[in-house]
Order: sequence, then structure tokens, then C-alpha cells
Amino acid sequence: MSKIVLHLYIAGQTPRAERAISTLRQMIEHDLAGYDCELTIIDVLAHPQQAEEQKILATPTLIKSSPLPYRRVIGDLSSVKDLLNVLNLPPQS
Amino acid sequence: MCADQIERLPTGITGFDHIANGGLPKGRTTLVSGTAGSAKTVFAAQFLAAGIKRGEPGVFVTFEETPEALRRNMLGFGWDIARWEAEGMWAFVDVSPQPEEELVELGSYDLGALLARIEHAVRSIKAVRLSMDSLGAIFTRLNDSRVVRNELLRIVSTLRRLGVTAVLTAERTQEYGEIARYGVEEFVSDDVVILRNLLEDEKRRRTVEILKFRGTSHQKGSFPFTVIPGEGIHVIPLSAIELKQRSSSVRTTSGNAELDRMCGGGFFRDSIVLVSGATGTGKTLMATTFMAAGVRQNERSLLFAFEESRDQLFRNAIGWGIDFEQMERDGLLRVICNYPEVTSLEDQLIFMKAEIDRFRPQRVAVDSLSALERVATIKGFREFVIGLTSFIKHQEMAGLYTATTPTLLGGSSITEAHISTITDSIILLRYVELFGEMRRGLTVLKMRGSSHDKDIREFTIDSRGMHIGRPFRNISGILSGQFTHIAPSEIDRLSAMFRDEESSDTAQDKSTSG
Repeated sequence: MSKIVLHLYIAGQTPRAERAISTLRQMIEHDLAGYDCELTIIDVLAHPQQAEEQKILATPTLIKSSPLPYRRVIGDLSSVKDLLNVLNLPPQS
Repeated sequence: MCADQIERLPTGITGFDHIANGGLPKGRTTLVSGTAGSAKTVFAAQFLAAGIKRGEPGVFVTFEETPEALRRNMLGFGWDIARWEAEGMWAFVDVSPQPEEELVELGSYDLGALLARIEHAVRSIKAVRLSMDSLGAIFTRLNDSRVVRNELLRIVSTLRRLGVTAVLTAERTQEYGEIARYGVEEFVSDDVVILRNLLEDEKRRRTVEILKFRGTSHQKGSFPFTVIPGEGIHVIPLSAIELKQRSSSVRTTSGNAELDRMCGGGFFRDSIVLVSGATGTGKTLMATTFMAAGVRQNERSLLFAFEESRDQLFRNAIGWGIDFEQMERDGLLRVICNYPEVTSLEDQLIFMKAEIDRFRPQRVAVDSLSALERVATIKGFREFVIGLTSFIKHQEMAGLYTATTPTLLGGSSITEAHISTITDSIILLRYVELFGEMRRGLTVLKMRGSSHDKDIREFTIDSRGMHIGRPFRNISGILSGQFTHIAPSEIDRLSAMFRDEESSDTAQDKSTSG
């Protein structure tokens, strides 16, 4: 089974960014506890070039690049349940 | 031009800086709004391209087309974006929709990433200019338009802080009505430019209007423009040039000694003469003579012919003893034949200006304006004539236009009605029916800044050209085409009443013409 790869793009430590991070932590620790999961947080204020390469428009933006399908979610990720649903997680097989 | 407190950044878009009284307000963001196909993207790209030519780097934020498409599409205007990118003069911020992207919104967000990318791009190439094209695309991709509006406000204020002069394009749904969709004008409303692509009488007409520049001046009203390959947007700033016309008292010959005398000593240089008449009255002859007279005194002469082919014109000229071919070989004459239907009047004007610039003539003739009138709206035609006239007058040239009247006897043409106030002199050529015979009559109707012969004189055309003779004495109503013959005794009585001194000494022998 492939590794779950997540990238979260934020623009500074805003309340929205903090809400998104806490939702993600909760999801990874509780709902994806048995999975190999990697989360990288990128602050676009410090790394604008990466935002350019990934063509990030809004913040926060969460990108799931593995497993497929590729997903791009914008917003502060208000609920874990909705997030799992949108991301197609946990993987079915 | 005026005591403006607000500094301008010349855009470099031909003609636009004229109507903007120098350029866009520096360090501010101007909203450029227009319907689909109104050349907003070209404006946005040209703003940067013109800046680069002045050594000012620019950032292009694209919400709609991909950078690849823009690089390809703009190459036709001569803008090598890929090279400018390599030279660090142009940078893209690519916000175009990604094919694989399916944006899911979950909770609240802002456009902090976009702002960071724009700021990064501006700083990394030290941009002076920035274009964002176009706002509509981002509103359709994000559901929360309130957030988008607020974030755009943040971007605009960041640009102001960075000292960047920006162009922001936006869609309109109709040519007249609200400035832009989504209420974007509310926050960038300091400066608004509107591009229009109108359909008038089934003819496309592009115009640009500066709706407002807060706290500073600009030309009012809309101005025609065209989009041409190799250049981009070309605005024709009518009012701006109209004010600066000069006029000189230097006379130059029409090519016909009798006509010169009727005009009080020849045409004026820096003036435009309109020759109006029905078909076959001798308009082309007059244009031909005018050209040949220029060449004879070593002046460069340029003839734009819209009605007859080259062969036809040259054959006609030979018939009057004028060798156009030899004159062209000598480099003093240039004859350009063109079908007016091929292109729009705006493009025609630019083409003609370019030819005039290249050949640098002292004389220009257009035969005939009526042919051009067919391809445009009345307003468009009038603007064309004003544009061409002021251009010719600026160059210290003498100009001659011909216009065709639709009826054989009397009458006036639409051409005449719409441009007679623009031209300096008007000469009418008319058929005159005299006891069952068609004769030709000529009169100088108007000669700005000079006295002139007021008679309606008979003229004939033979293998040596035009010969002007005596005034018609026993007929009235020639100009209206409603002839009334007057009995000789009545003429005698009237002559005695007004003592016409001229009639005896101006009646000349018809065969003396140069």
C-alpha cells in the first residue's frame, strides 16, 4: 500500500492556518493511525517560489499527491469527517 | 499639458498616451474593462511590452490564458515574451486553470498565496509595471466572491505599496451599463478605462474611453482604435491632434493656371482641397494634374487611388499627356491602388499614414473618398477623414480629396456633407445641360483664408487636360441641378444693375493652358 503524501500551503501563522493544521493532526493521529502518512507544511511567505511552482492560489491549500486520485482542497478544513470524505481516505484496499 | 499633481507613466501604446494626457497615473492600478473580444488581453500585454522597450520590467498575472498560450499568441505582435523572461524583464504569475485541478472548498480561505507570489515576482525582477488578466476568471473559479473582492483589494494596496503601476482587466456583459461584473469597480475605481467592440451598421468598430482618472485630467469621450499585427493596439486620438493644426500662407499650384487664378493664386500648402462632382466630370483628371504639377516642380507626390486600377490610371494620365510611369521611375511619384473593401477604415488610416511617413511627399491626393465611405459608418468615416486630414496638415503637405456625387445633375454627396467643414477649400464640378447638350461647369465654393472667383465657369477636357473658360451667363440653378435659362435681355438688365467688371477681362481663350 502506498504512502499517504500531503502538502499544506499556508501564508503565515494565521488562525485559518492553525485550524487547518489542527484538523490535519487530528485526522492523521486518530483516523489514519495505522497508515504511513507524511505531512509537509509550507509557508508561502517564506517560500513563494514553491507556491509558484505548485500554482497555489488560495491559502490554506492542501494537496494530496499520493495515493491517487490527486486532490486539491482549499479552506481551513473545518471537519475531519468532511476532509476524509473529500480526500478519499483512508485508502480502500 | 496641465498643472497635474499626479505623475504619469507613459504606456507606450500608440495614441493612448495622447488621450490619457501623458499616460496612466503612476503607482496606481487602472481598471481596464471590456466585453469579450474587446482586446483587453492585448492591452494588458502591450502595457508590459511597451514598458520593456523603455527598460521597465513587468509582471503578468494571468487568470485565464496559460503562459504558453500567451507567449504564442503575442508573438504575432512582435513581442518575444520567452526572450524577455530569459532576460529577467518579464515574469508570469500563472493562475490559469489547471486541467487536473478540481478545487474543493472546505472551510474559509484567503488568497494569501497569490499575494505572496505576486509580491515575490515583483521583487525578483524589480517590476515597474504589472498586468492582471482577467478578473472574471478568478470569480468563476472560487465560490466566495466576497473573499475574492476583499483579497483583490489587498493585492491592489500591496501593489501601491510596492510602487507598481498596474493594469487590471475585467469583463463587462454589455457595451453600455455597469462598468464590470462582480462589483470590482468599487475598489479600484480611481482609474477606469473602457474598451468597446461595437457593431454599428454591421461594421465592427473598436473604441477606447477613459472613464475617469481620479484627481487628474484626461481626454473625454471615446476614440477609435485598431489592433494590428506587429504593433498591437493603435489608438487614433482625434481631438488631441485636431487642436494643433497649423496653416500657412504659402501657395502651391493646382497644375492648372486658370484654376489657380480662380483660387486667388493657387492652393495653400498645409491645406486640403475637396473636389466634388458626378462621375466623369473630371475629378480624377484634377487629381492627376495636381500630382503631375508637384512632380514638375520637383515635389514628391503620393496618390492613393481607391476606384481605378493602376493600369487604368496610368492610361488616363497618358491620355492627358502625363507620364506617371516615368515619374515613378524618377522617384518623385508613388501611386498606391487599393480596394477599400479589403480592410477596415482604421487599418486603412494606419496604412496610409505609414505610406506617407515612408515616402515623405509634399503632395497627397486621395481618389476618391466616396469609395472609402462605402466600407464604414458615417461616424467612422468622419473620424477617418479628420485623422487623415490632421496628419497631412501636420506634415506641411498639400492635400486633394475627391468625392463623388450620386446624381449626375446638381446634388451633393454624403461624403461632402460630412467632411465639408473639415476641408479648407471646396471645388465643385457639375454637369450643365444647355439646350440639349451636356456641358461641364466648375466653381470654387470655399477657399479658407483667401478670396476666390465666385463664378460658375464652363470647362472642357481634351488631350491636354482641363481648360476653364467663361462663366455661364444665361443659366441659373446649376448647383441644384434645376436649370433655368435666362433670356439674354434679362442678363443685360442684371449686368447693368450690378456692373460686372470681371466678365470681359477674365474670359480667356480656351487653348491657353499649361
